[in-house]
Amino acid sequence: MPNGTYSKKVIEHFQKPHNYGKMKNPDGVGKVGNPICGDVMHLYIKVEKDKKGREIIKDIRYETFGCVAAISTSSVVTDLAKGKTLQQALKIDSNKVVKSLGGLPEIKYHCSLLAVDALKKAINDYLSKKT
Amino acid sequence: MKKIYFDYAATTPVDTRVIKTMRPFFKEKFGNTMSIHKFGQEAKIALEKGRKTVADLINAKPNDIIFTGSATESNNFALKGIALARRNLGEGGFAGHIIISQIEHPCIIETANWLEKQGFKITRIPVNKYGLVSPLDIKKAIRKDTILVSIIHASNEIGTIQPIEKIGKICKNKDIYFHTDAVQSFGKIPIDIDKMNIDLLTASSHKIYGPKGAACLFIKEGVKIEPILHGGGQEMGLRGSTINVPAIVGFARACEITKKEMRKEGQKIAKLRDKLIKNILKIKDSYLTGPPCGEAGHPENRLSNNASFYFSFIEGESLVLQLDLQGIAASTGSACSSIKLEPSHILLAIGLKPQEAHGSLRISLGRWTTEKEIDYFIKVLPKIVKKLREISPYA
Repeated sequence: MPNGTYSKKVIEHFQKPHNYGKMKNPDGVGKVGNPICGDVMHLYIKVEKDKKGREIIKDIRYETFGCVAAISTSSVVTDLAKGKTLQQALKIDSNKVVKSLGGLPEIKYHCSLLAVDALKKAINDYLSKKT
Repeated sequence: MKKIYFDYAATTPVDTRVIKTMRPFFKEKFGNTMSIHKFGQEAKIALEKGRKTVADLINAKPNDIIFTGSATESNNFALKGIALARRNLGEGGFAGHIIISQIEHPCIIETANWLEKQGFKITRIPVNKYGLVSPLDIKKAIRKDTILVSIIHASNEIGTIQPIEKIGKICKNKDIYFHTDAVQSFGKIPIDIDKMNIDLLTASSHKIYGPKGAACLFIKEGVKIEPILHGGGQEMGLRGSTINVPAIVGFARACEITKKEMRKEGQKIAKLRDKLIKNILKIKDSYLTGPPCGEAGHPENRLSNNASFYFSFIEGESLVLQLDLQGIAASTGSACSSIKLEPSHILLAIGLKPQEAHGSLRISLGRWTTEKEIDYFIKVLPKIVKKLREISPYA
């Protein structure tokens, strides 16, 4: 059933969101809220070292109170970040998120920023705890 | 895939009987009502017959019905038309004062905002937690330079029916024009413009199983109003535009049908609605918005087809799309689903916090709603709410 507002990919993520739910003892937490429309996202990461000794995002989870775009951007940003090194994950930007979703309505772009901010905040939370 | 339509307050399908009545007016009886030849006169006769039918539904005189293209146009016409005709009654010989409520449709709110920019003074009357305007508040707000009071008859979002008979009486006693936007109530509950002291009334075809593109503004004889669309003199010189005969014929047929069926239909729908509300409120952290109904409530204060709720911890657009994926069409007043990214002004006006309005859901039933559909909805919604709450950080 086609939707005139959201892409097929957005609907797929919305219908079967990946990586949602709370995480026990996360290494980093990013909590962000969108003052514009009131959506809220909590993102949790677990960090481990890979064989080469680089720090990677071993596991990632989120909880989102928000619209279709907020839920699907949360889902896709966790897909994009999972298994990546912290440096690679920090490079994920909202363009990348929008592109991975096959586009978003312009009015919903801020949702993709929300997801990216939550990820950055979680990584920075981990880094700040480490030092 | 099920296809259940619970958004009758947004628009309705056209009744087959209406389509049948409209059909000849596209190709055989296509004339322009302003033409003197047979084609034109045939269309003109149909137009005038339609005018009488629409007028009959609200106990108006046929010539007091001006057909327009939409309720938005009718509401613009009412406010701007009266404002322009009466502006010299304001202080200092220019502009005047208009009273509206805080829960009007955007086409009244935006028109009032625009008039305010042109120098008119606007008072926006608040409502109580059920969305009711107090007639006393209107009385207190009336000033020497008040030219118009415009109050929505029934709320499109929470179904509240305003005490317009009382408001109309106050306006009549103060000799001030009273307009009501009756888009949601027209054809669903009886309206008598004399009994209710209404000077102007907006009604629309596509909410009562007629086609889109036809609406009207009732303007009581003697009311001073300026046209907005100047042109070829149609509609007693008050609305230029070639007459959309098929749509108006359809609108009139829809009025004819609802006049006969409204009472029974309203009772049937109210029963289904009450069952729905009773069962949905069993969901944890769910709340009814608008006046209470059912046996313990005040059914006379609420449209029989409206059920509106909010659910804590989840967002309305997500809720509506999840329902859509299950074949159920509904709507929400959430900020996320609005073009302005602001929560519904109606839900805020009844005292909801933005995060509460965020989780709002409106179900509006209609002519073809069945008990089976209600039962399916009652089964599906709790699962959807649960799923979205699993994703939410607050639940």
